[in-house]
Amino acid sequence: MNLLSVLGVLSSAIFSGTSLLYVTLGETIHQRSGIVNLGLEGIMLVSAATGFAVTCISRNPYLGIFTAMITGGLMNMILGFLIITRRANQLASGLALMFFGFGLSALIGKPYVGTRINALPRISIPGLSNLPLLYTSLFKFDILIILVIPIAFLIWWLLFRTRWGLGLRAVGENATTAFASGRNPFVIRYQALFLGGMLAGLGAAHLSIAYTMNWTEYMTAGKGFIAVALVIFSKWHPLRAIIGALLFSGAVAFQLLLQSSGVQISPFLLDTIPYILTLLVLIAWGGTRKQTAPAGLGRIYQSVE
Amino acid sequence: MVIKANPITKSNQLFQKLLNHAARYILMILMVLLLFGIILLISGKDPIQSFKDIFISTLGSRYGFSEVIVAMTPILITALAVALPSRIGLINVGGEGQLYMGACLATWGALTFNTWPSWALIPLMILLGMIGGGLWAFIPGYLKSLGLANETITTLLLNSVAPKIVAFFVFGFWHSPMDTNKTPNFVPAARLPNFFNSRIDLSFFIAVVLLAIFWFVMRYTRWGLEMRAIGGNPHAAKRNGLPLNKYWITVMCLGGALAGLAGMAQVSGYYGVLLVNFSRGLGYMGFLISWLSFGDPIGILVTSFVVSIIVSGGNLLQLTRGIPFAVVNILLAFTLFVVLARPIIFAGKKK
Repeated sequence: MNLLSVLGVLSSAIFSGTSLLYVTLGETIHQRSGIVNLGLEGIMLVSAATGFAVTCISRNPYLGIFTAMITGGLMNMILGFLIITRRANQLASGLALMFFGFGLSALIGKPYVGTRINALPRISIPGLSNLPLLYTSLFKFDILIILVIPIAFLIWWLLFRTRWGLGLRAVGENATTAFASGRNPFVIRYQALFLGGMLAGLGAAHLSIAYTMNWTEYMTAGKGFIAVALVIFSKWHPLRAIIGALLFSGAVAFQLLLQSSGVQISPFLLDTIPYILTLLVLIAWGGTRKQTAPAGLGRIYQSVE
Repeated sequence: MVIKANPITKSNQLFQKLLNHAARYILMILMVLLLFGIILLISGKDPIQSFKDIFISTLGSRYGFSEVIVAMTPILITALAVALPSRIGLINVGGEGQLYMGACLATWGALTFNTWPSWALIPLMILLGMIGGGLWAFIPGYLKSLGLANETITTLLLNSVAPKIVAFFVFGFWHSPMDTNKTPNFVPAARLPNFFNSRIDLSFFIAVVLLAIFWFVMRYTRWGLEMRAIGGNPHAAKRNGLPLNKYWITVMCLGGALAGLAGMAQVSGYYGVLLVNFSRGLGYMGFLISWLSFGDPIGILVTSFVVSIIVSGGNLLQLTRGIPFAVVNILLAFTLFVVLARPIIFAGKKK
């Protein structure tokens, strides 16, 4: 095990953690507004497929990313119609959206399986350009990776330092009270869904356009559910989500490192560590005042009339 | 005279209500067909012919109908696994994980005691499957009873863990010499018996019996009454001296045991081997069905039947007409969307 392999693992952790962080940020916004979105898996798949298809056709990865973002937002509008306007059960609607995503993404992506694309260009970090080529190639990041931490801070600022964020969190705690104080829970929840869907779309775009650079069915491999777990792990806070995403992708990287150094541990058991850690964190915080779940999480806002 | 007039208006009302219901369901079906027809047209298939094919291939032949029953069995049981805890207000999203753990433990039984005769091995596997799922559901139930963690979140987390444990055992210990991602085929004694010269196996009858028991217990026994009381108002139930924690843990474990049974039925009846990632959303589908039918036994039966028609019809179409299976997922999703949205545009003017 040499320095190069360690750095390689670190680099892959950053790449795989980025899309996870985007999706987690999106789900944080959803849950802060009181919506549990289990359809993320489907949204990500459709966004990844459309983003990839548009990149294929237009040969412009930026257009692909933009399309994936909008697709994510629009997919969430279906969910919004079901759970906000029609007041259907959130968990069931999310799962239905997941099945929809499985189908639609496979249909959209089918002609593009195995196609090569112009991937998102990777930019080398200025200070590292003197290192040998092998090292610099590991730390050439694309624009989405560079932007992810600033975006996490932006979301934090939006949620905790603006009037809009205050309104959104108020809706998540108690929609009726928020309505009484002059905010419209319907509009705010739709906005939260659209914004969160766009972030999930960004994460999916990074996965298909920048990281793996291809499209395969079920390529998200449970990332949508991991994001839900990470939101809980990070106690519904965008900045702690950075740590959560790093920890999760770090665990995957750590497992690769162990394998490369010849330690015999089943990768499947290592894969369960992040979930079990999240469970332990939940138990540790459970029943205490530190439990910061939005009080109105999963509740259906009944009426305005 | 007033008394005489009453029954007429009542029957009128009933007729009106029936008409409204019929209008609503027809509208729902039309909406699904319309939405799906658009998707089919875009992908260059003849919608009307495709719909015809789905119905003829499932309900039109003996084989097709048996395939519907086969597809229906696991989701019927996983729907029960969600419906039972939902009666006391527990939201069990963990059917998927419990199904995997049940399949895992049942497979251990099938591989370890493979010399046993069928009459001993099958009950053992059923028992092991139920224990596997039950223990997996015990974790969320216990945490809930301690007031530490919400069962929705914990079951969801454990869903992601269970398939990895199955993968660990299959890749690490149980894989067959040829394939690394599945166990060797089970011995015939470890397979559930089939009926009617089709792939319908014993688990279907178990599912129907369980459904009947569920209906009976909920309706006619003390436990059913107490569970409904807890589901309706936990605080009031507690004031009346009902042991909330005991109910939470027991019912959660029972739900998990049911899902585990579904997992056992899948490996022992349907596949005959344990595959890594054998279930793509059977547990989640059970959750959807249970919720769509409000946990009502007849509703569960009807809903899972309709879902199975779509799934197995799509499977057959995929083989014969080259329609990608993905399209079937879309049809399924449209059906679920329309049912979830409960269109009341024409039918009924309340609200």
